[in-house]
Parts: sequence; structure tokens; C-alpha cells
Amino acid sequence: MKPCSRRQALTTGSLLSALAAIGLLLPTGARAADGAFAAKTVDDALKLLDAQPAASSDITLSAPDIAENGAVVQVGVQSRLPKTQEIHILVEKNANPLTASYTLPEGTDGFVQMRVKMGQTSPLWVLVKADGRWYSASKETKVTLGGCGG
Amino acid sequence: MSTPTRMRAITKDGVTDIRLLMTHPMDSGLRKDASGQLVPQRYITDVKATLNGRTVLAAKWSVAVSQDPFLWFRVRGAKAGDKLSVEWHDSTGDSRSDDLVLA
Repeated sequence: MKPCSRRQALTTGSLLSALAAIGLLLPTGARAADGAFAAKTVDDALKLLDAQPAASSDITLSAPDIAENGAVVQVGVQSRLPKTQEIHILVEKNANPLTASYTLPEGTDGFVQMRVKMGQTSPLWVLVKADGRWYSASKETKVTLGGCGG
Repeated sequence: MSTPTRMRAITKDGVTDIRLLMTHPMDSGLRKDASGQLVPQRYITDVKATLNGRTVLAAKWSVAVSQDPFLWFRVRGAKAGDKLSVEWHDSTGDSRSDDLVLA
């Protein structure tokens, strides 16, 4: 069990920023979310996404209370907010919190389930953009064995 | 060469549950192999799912998505015979596209 060291975190961070910078220059990936992936804190990611979310009880974030293996943590999001357009999943204490961004066109439910890696015990955040406004929900998951490498 | 994405779509009461299992190492760049060398970073950055050519889900991912990514989402109004296509691109420029005709 080895937590991600500061050095590793910084290396990954700078690599990601470099990748994000490249991504921004390409016409295909020119979206706000690209830069937000390089953010090192949830607050920075929110700024880059231009989101000022309000806590909402219409979002269900399902994740285990205790994850034995941080490399595979099942995370599910169900948004009952009408016109859910985007869902973003963030792991607060990972080197780069923003983990996944989903764009859901009309006809697709406000629902996604996936598996993420968590370096250590951390709150999970979900950001939902519905009808042009931002909402959030969070839940803390305890991690027994980190899934960041090492 | 990459392995096909496993896809499953089940329609019930007008809602189609789509479950995908992609095969990809999702290397964080922090892991070491048996000889102690760092395994270079390599992860899926973009996923797009289309139904008869219409985008039903677009995803952007970071390294923190687990190995062999699993993704489950729901669409409305899909019919038998519709073609679901799933395409991913990774940070090394590799990509893959797979199709499934809805039953």
C-alpha cells in the first residue's frame, strides 16, 4: 500500500496539463472540460468548468462506504433533474480530481455508472448541469488499499 | 491490437440499458512493471456512443478511470434493428470502434 507521493502527483499533473494544452489546440477536443482535467483541486476544476453548483437532493450518488480496493470503485449517478445535460465525476483527493465528464443529449437519461480509481479515502463529488444550471452531490468513500499505482 | 468492446443493450418499457466493457490498461504512469520500470501513461481520453449515427453519449476521461473501463447508461426511444456504435480514443492515439445491432 503506497499512497501517491507529492512528486508523482506533480509529475502526473504537469503531464496532464501538457496533454490538456495539446487538446485545447485541437479542433476536436475544444471544450471547457479539457482544461478542468488538469485542475489539482475540486475548486479549481469548478472554476475551469465555470460551475457554481447548488447542492441538490435530486441527484443520487451511489458509491461504497468502504472500498477495499481503490483501483476499482463502482460509482453510479442518477439525476432526476429535468434536462440533465452533463454529468461530471470528481475524486477530491486524487492528484487531478476530475475523473469523467459526460455529455448527455436529449433522449439519454441522467444516469451513468462506471468504475474509478481512488488513491486514498476521499469524498466523491458529482456535478450535474441541468437546463443550464449546476447542481452537486457528494459522498465519502473510505479506501483500504489505494489504486494509484506503486 | 486492441480487443473488441463488449456491448450489451436491453430494452424494457422504452428504456434501453446499455452496458459497455472496454479492454484497456488505463495506465496511470505511476505503476511499475516486474523489472521496476515505470509503465508509461496510457489511458482512454474520449468515448462516443452513437445510435444510428446520432450521438447518445460523449465522455471525456482521465487516468483515474479503472482498468478495462465499464460504462452503463440509458437511452430512450431505441428500437430493435438500431445500430449502436461505440468509439474510443486513447492518449497514445490508439482508437477502436465497435457496433451492435439492437435486438
